[in-house]
Amino acid sequence: MDLQSTIYLVVGLSFALYIGIAIWARAGTTSEFYVAGGGVNPVMNGMATAADWMSAASFISMAGLISNMGYGGGLFLMGWTGGYVLLAMLLAPYLRKFGKFTVPQFIGDRFYSKSASTVAVLCLLTASITYIIGQMTGVGVAFSRFLGVSSDVGIYVGMGIVFLYAVFGGMKGITYTQVAQYIVLIFAYTIPAIFISLQLTGNPIPQLGLGSDLVGHDVSLLSKLDSVVTDLGFGKYTTSLPGSKLNMFVYTMSLMIGTAGLPHVIMRFFTVPKVSDARLSAGWALIFIAILYTTAPAVAAMAKTNLIRTVTPGVVMKDSNPFAADASIEYEKRPDWMKRWEKTGLLKFEDKNGDGRIQYYNDKTKNADVLKKAGEAGWKGNELSVNADIIVLANPEIALLPDWVIALVAAGGLAAALSTAAGLLMAISSAVSHDLIKGVFNPGISEKGELLAGKISMAVAIVVSGWLGLNPPGFAAGTVALAFGIAASSLFPAIMMGIFSKKMNKEGAMAGMLSGLFVTLFYVFAHKGLFFIKGTEYLDLIGGPNSFFGITPEAFGAIGALVNFAVAFLVDKVTKEPPEHIQAMVEAVRIPRGSKAVDGAH
Amino acid sequence: MNHDSHGYWQATLGLLTKVLIIWFLVSFGAGILFADALNGIHLGGYPLGFWFAQQGSIYIFIVLIFYYAKKMGDIDRKFDVHED
Repeated sequence: MDLQSTIYLVVGLSFALYIGIAIWARAGTTSEFYVAGGGVNPVMNGMATAADWMSAASFISMAGLISNMGYGGGLFLMGWTGGYVLLAMLLAPYLRKFGKFTVPQFIGDRFYSKSASTVAVLCLLTASITYIIGQMTGVGVAFSRFLGVSSDVGIYVGMGIVFLYAVFGGMKGITYTQVAQYIVLIFAYTIPAIFISLQLTGNPIPQLGLGSDLVGHDVSLLSKLDSVVTDLGFGKYTTSLPGSKLNMFVYTMSLMIGTAGLPHVIMRFFTVPKVSDARLSAGWALIFIAILYTTAPAVAAMAKTNLIRTVTPGVVMKDSNPFAADASIEYEKRPDWMKRWEKTGLLKFEDKNGDGRIQYYNDKTKNADVLKKAGEAGWKGNELSVNADIIVLANPEIALLPDWVIALVAAGGLAAALSTAAGLLMAISSAVSHDLIKGVFNPGISEKGELLAGKISMAVAIVVSGWLGLNPPGFAAGTVALAFGIAASSLFPAIMMGIFSKKMNKEGAMAGMLSGLFVTLFYVFAHKGLFFIKGTEYLDLIGGPNSFFGITPEAFGAIGALVNFAVAFLVDKVTKEPPEHIQAMVEAVRIPRGSKAVDGAH
Repeated sequence: MNHDSHGYWQATLGLLTKVLIIWFLVSFGAGILFADALNGIHLGGYPLGFWFAQQGSIYIFIVLIFYYAKKMGDIDRKFDVHED
């Protein structure tokens, strides 16, 4: 069987499995649609949370970005796992005790105001839609390779499938489907990594392989990679920083508190039976997530190594000189995987010096020595551009692994993208139908009307984000990082103050959320365009890119969160205390005893 | 409610602080601020600062959550506020 048929077969089987489960567990009542009756055990819930969490950004995009960024890529790894510590300790158990099933409900009740809950809905929608734009970029990459079409067509197909998928089942369907998706995606991620680790280092465990010596050498993989990439003008792999140390610090912080503030993750912790389970669930989720996250740096470094080995054979294993006349491969003799990815438009070759060979190096390096050698070799600039988002999907092809592994990775990529998109769409639909329409505009709406409103809002969210995904504000993981920044600056501080400060009042919380959200969006839109529409950037207004102490827009959420806290405390000081019964409610939320199953009624 | 809710909350906050200090030290400390200094030390083929940023902090986060969950369970029972 040829590669393409194998891919269709494996992807088809995995889809049949998910849809089968979704039909089998089709949701009946509203409460089931959202939270599966509060009866999912911590290990299962952890696995489903992990699938929900590990999106196209984690699965498809992250290792590719780490591959380009080197050490600095660690900000994704620490940021997207460290947040679980915060979630487990600061939010999950208390929100579970509170016993409502959406974040805006908590904000609305705790801050005794429908306006506060409406502000929370606004923050939630902004963060979730930004997140889905990133997912759509990833979905586009996955489908374009899967169907052999351009990435734009990939996005259109993906939009349709995500819609069908999310509308079909509710949370209950999704919980069990996501357990299945987790299993598919974790095998898809680790199996090629094991093969590649064996090939390069002889160690089957990628986490150890990354710290081992290259096969047949007594030099470690990482130090070899350091010297090879430095020769080609890239930053030293194990130390290169994303801009500055300060930027890495706030970027990591932003992702961590964003993790703890993202509604689709928090919602997961409403579905466990007890408060103590909410704490444990976060731990289980992190174990399942860590399997992928500790493998990712190995995938990243090894993909970089293999890419260089493909373009300049002999450089890594035989220490040959990359600038020698016949060091780079001839374009006509390029491997098949390059041809396949050229079709998607995500891998491009341009023969700048007309020698028919592929030169791959950093032509913008400040290292004069590298530029001199490149000049002497007759190189006229980097000729190969590889979109960071294809690294993981192309990885098994680059390493020339068997067809079934390539097919499995395709299925895993699609599972990752679909599961998270579905989880986010649930958060969006419940925010619109439950918190906004039922909670504020039309309390008398029937259950049927509520479900319908939810589905319509999902459809609108998919169309908007798909359209913006055609011209994404960055790589999938970068766009998703923006969503984390938005959640970090708006929702996280409000929820945290709602639990940890008895005296925080509605005026403070609302002013905090709005100012955090506004400051962050202002900085992000300056770089990425108003509402992410290309051509509406206003960098001059803020004094050039990254003008705030060199902090990138993706990292700005942590600053927004500081603004949020500061404004909230100032406003709180000059307005009146929350009423007695609210303070008593905060006391009660802090104590596990007396937790009930969640119910949606007010 | 006649539980010692003040004592319970103090104990909770004490545990939180302890866990957060370690959380900060392994990621922002060893993984970022002191990474350069730690890179002088090697763990197998890993420079240590690089290891903390891309591997070590994740393992420690997992341990922290389970430690927290267990200690919180103890505190719940000590102040008699646990669920049945």
